[in-house]
Amino acid sequence: MKSLEELKAIRDKMQGQVGLRAESEASTRVVVGMATCGIASGARPVLTALADAVAEKKIPDCAVTQTGCIGLCQYEPIVEVIQPGKEKVTYIKMTPEKALEIVDKHLIRGQVVSEYTIGNQLK
Amino acid sequence: MMTEISLNILDVTENSTRAGASIVHITVEVDEEKDLLRVLIEDNGCGMSKEQLASVKDPFFTTRTTRKVGLGVPFFREAALQAGGSFDIESEPGVGTTVTAEFQLSNIDRMPLGDITGTIHQLVIYHQDTDFVYKYVFNGNSFTMDTREFREILGDVPFDTKEVSDYIKEYLSENKYNTDNGKNI
Repeated sequence: MKSLEELKAIRDKMQGQVGLRAESEASTRVVVGMATCGIASGARPVLTALADAVAEKKIPDCAVTQTGCIGLCQYEPIVEVIQPGKEKVTYIKMTPEKALEIVDKHLIRGQVVSEYTIGNQLK
Repeated sequence: MMTEISLNILDVTENSTRAGASIVHITVEVDEEKDLLRVLIEDNGCGMSKEQLASVKDPFFTTRTTRKVGLGVPFFREAALQAGGSFDIESEPGVGTTVTAEFQLSNIDRMPLGDITGTIHQLVIYHQDTDFVYKYVFNGNSFTMDTREFREILGDVPFDTKEVSDYIKEYLSENKYNTDNGKNI
């Protein structure tokens, strides 16, 4: 059985570290629509995949968050990437696999995966 | 339509957090002898007026102003009713809202409980301003996760720190396994 003692050990380790920051201070925001429409079309595993990958690959200054209905229910799951000084990128009909591509190409290498953006998907 | 009961829980609990709840109690109870799966979601959010409560089961009612449908509660209700169960929602302005959904466990039309561990984990990690008390009961065995206990230990270390997030996920999945022996529900 997992004990709360283990959590105390984690806290002691974390408190000594610098760089713990609140989400709002991060410069890159990855936002997943998690209203009824998003959840019904599979947003939960997309959000999990994104959060796990960003943590595992230790991408700096990047916060994965969720929001309500983005207003384009028919294109859910939707992932938005918001970076300062850049235009917002909206990816539609996401899957965990596509989300990992976005982490590798967009978040790490800075290349927008135009194949999945709303502009290209609707052509 | 949702494909898992846990997705309905995720969706309806989002309403609780948006209603400004500071604490949400989620109970999932499985009783094979009574052939029953019961889900209880209780919040202390802003609650609903009688008029809102009367119309909340109607898919063409929503508090949103950008479109005319709200499907969260109707989806949950349909899922329970189609599985030989029942659905109840009670609410009082300023006090909170309680949603109860019961399913006949063995009903062929009951959707699977699904990834309840992932659902609770996601609620906890992405709503750090809300406390969650999650109780899972299987044939009389039970375990409870209470984020107030986590918070007391962690102080200002956030839940979405990787180590903490991983811990919470393992805490949920290990305790669930110890409660139901990994039974597929």
